[in-house]
Amino acid sequence: MSSFVHEPIVEMRNIEKHFGPVIALNGVSFDIRPGECHCLLGDNGAGKSTFIKTMAGVHKPTRGEILFEGRPMSFDSPRDAMEAGIATVYQDLAMIPLMSVTRNFWMGREPVKRVGPIRFMDFRTANDVTMEEMRKMGINLRSPDQAVGTLSGGERQTVAIARAVYFGAKVLILDEPTSALGVRQTANVLSTIDKVRKAGIGVVFITHNVRHALAVGDRFTVLNRGKTLGTAQRGQITPEELQELMAGGQEMVALEGSLGGTV
Amino acid sequence: MSSMGAAADERVKETSNLRKALIRPELGAIVGTVAVFAFFIVFAGDSGMFNAQGVLNWSTVSAQFVIIAVGACMLMIAGEFDLSVGSMIGFAGMSIAIISVTLGWPVWVAILLTFVLCIAIGALNGLIVVRTGLPSFIVTLAFLFILRGFTIFFPQLIERRTIIGGVSERAAGDWLAPVFGGKVGGFFFDWLASMDMIAVFERGTRAGEPIVNGIPMLIIWALGLMIVAHVVLTRTQFGNWIFAAGGDAQAARYVGVPVNRVKIQMFMFTAFCACVFATCQVMEFGSAGADRGLLKEFEAIIAVVIGGALLTGGYGSVIGAALGALIFGVVQQGLFFAGVESSLFRVFLGVILLFAVILNTYIRRIITGER
Repeated sequence: MSSFVHEPIVEMRNIEKHFGPVIALNGVSFDIRPGECHCLLGDNGAGKSTFIKTMAGVHKPTRGEILFEGRPMSFDSPRDAMEAGIATVYQDLAMIPLMSVTRNFWMGREPVKRVGPIRFMDFRTANDVTMEEMRKMGINLRSPDQAVGTLSGGERQTVAIARAVYFGAKVLILDEPTSALGVRQTANVLSTIDKVRKAGIGVVFITHNVRHALAVGDRFTVLNRGKTLGTAQRGQITPEELQELMAGGQEMVALEGSLGGTV
Repeated sequence: MSSMGAAADERVKETSNLRKALIRPELGAIVGTVAVFAFFIVFAGDSGMFNAQGVLNWSTVSAQFVIIAVGACMLMIAGEFDLSVGSMIGFAGMSIAIISVTLGWPVWVAILLTFVLCIAIGALNGLIVVRTGLPSFIVTLAFLFILRGFTIFFPQLIERRTIIGGVSERAAGDWLAPVFGGKVGGFFFDWLASMDMIAVFERGTRAGEPIVNGIPMLIIWALGLMIVAHVVLTRTQFGNWIFAAGGDAQAARYVGVPVNRVKIQMFMFTAFCACVFATCQVMEFGSAGADRGLLKEFEAIIAVVIGGALLTGGYGSVIGAALGALIFGVVQQGLFFAGVESSLFRVFLGVILLFAVILNTYIRRIITGER
C-alpha cells in the first residue's frame, strides 16, 4: 500500500491553537501521504474546522510544528499554502453560482492572451480544459458557459475538486463535502475522491459521517474536544468503535440503545 | 452507467437555438427598447422625432444616461453602489468652472485637475467601503451630501452665486475642451445636406448650413465607454475578477482574486464616468450650476437594473445597461415629441422598470439556476 511507502507530504505535530482564553486545539497530530485518503472525524465543535484552517494557512498555530515535505513550514496566508500545493475545498465557499463553470474554474488564475497592455482571457483554452477536466471526473457538462448555479451540489463540489487537482494540488482538503448531499450525489463525490487519490494526491476528508469515511478512507483520525484520540488503519476499526470515539463515549451508547440502532 | 456515459441525463431537455439566443441577461432591455420605439413610431412618427434633428436630440440625452449607466453597471457587478454620482457631476462641473473662470487657469488644466480630483474621491469612497466593511450604500450616501454641500458652498464663498458662467469664452482655442464639447463628422452632414437628405437652415447667418452639423463628442464618449467596458467585462481577466468580486467576495479571495483592489478601481471608474458627463455638460452649456446632476445616481441605477444587472452584484451586462439608458432618453424626449404631459414620463418609466425587472428576474433564474 502506497501509504506505507511514501513520506508524509504534510505532517502536523502537537498543534495547539488558542483564541484568547479558548483552547480550540490542544495537541493535534496528523499527517497525510501521497495517494491516500486520510479521514478526519469529529463531532461538531471538536475542532475540525480550526484544524484544517491551520493546515490551509488561515490560522497560525499557537504551538506545534508543521512540516511540509519534511521541512518546517509556516504559512502566512491561504495563498501561501495554495502555492505550496495545499488546496482546500470549502463546503459553501467553493463556487460562485452566478458565474459559468469556466469562469469559476479559472477564477484567479485565468489563462491570458496579451494584446498590448490588455490581458484578454483565452476562452478557447479555458473552455476546452474545463470540459476535459470535468469529463475526467465523470461529469459531462452541457456547455462550459453553463452557470454553476444550474449544477447539483455534488457536481459543484466536483468542479471545485477538479479545479484544485488541475492546478497541481499535492494535498486536497475537503471540508465536509458530503454533508449537504443526497445519497446518489454523495456516491459521486466519494468516487471522485477515489479518482483523486489514485492520481497520487493526498486527500484529507473531513466528515462526521462514519459510513462516508469508511467507504473511501485509508486511515482515520478522530478529533474530540481539541485533541486527537488516535489514528487507525483501514480494517483495524469497526464503524461502531469509530462512532463511539467520535461521540466520546457512554451517553451515546445509551442514546443508541433507546433509538434502536447506530446513529 | 449507460453507453452514452454521464452525458445522457434524460431529465435535461435539448434547448433550441432560438431559446439560447433569447435567454440572455439583456433580454428585458431589448424587449423594452423595441416596445418603446414601436410606441413612439406609432404615436410620434410624424412629429419630427425620427428626422436627423430629432434623432440627435434623443441620442444626446440617451448618451448622457449611457455614460453614467456604464460606470454604475461595472460597479454594481463588482457588488457595490455609488449614490454620489449625481453630486459628483455637480462637483466636477463646478471644479472646472472655478479653476478655469475664477482662477483663470487654462481650461485643459482645469479639466485634468478635476479628473484627478474626482477619481481620487472615487478611490476614497472605495477605500472607506473595503476598509470599514460598511455598505457602499451608506458610505456613498454620505458623499452625496458632502460633495453637494461643497458644490453649493464654494461658488457662494468665492463668487457669491451658485452658477458660474463664462466657460465657453475661456474654452475657445483650448486643445482639450473640444474632446468633450466638440462635434465630429461635420463634412458628412454637409454632404447629406448637399444631397438634400437632411434639413438646412433657410434664413439667418447660417442659411444653407445643415441644422445638424455633427455628432456631439458626448455620443462618441458614450459609445466608446460602452464598448470598452463591455470588452473588459466579458473578454478579459480583469472582467472575470469584477464578476467574482461581486458574486462572492470571500470565495474570490480564497482563490487569490484581489477583491479590494478591483472594487476600489470600479469606484474610480464610476467617478471617471461622472466626470466625463460633467465635463461634456459644462462645455455644452458654458457654465456650471450647483444643482447639476441631481438624482442622476438613481437614474443610472435604474438604467442598469432595466439592463438586467442584479442589485446584489455578480451579474449584469453593459450592453443591457446602455439599452436601459436608451429607453430612458427616448421616453423622456419622446413624450415631448408626442405632445404628452411630461409628468407622464415618470409613470411610463415606472411601468417599464417594473416589467423589465420581472422579465429579467425570470431570465436570470433560467440562466443561473437560482430558486
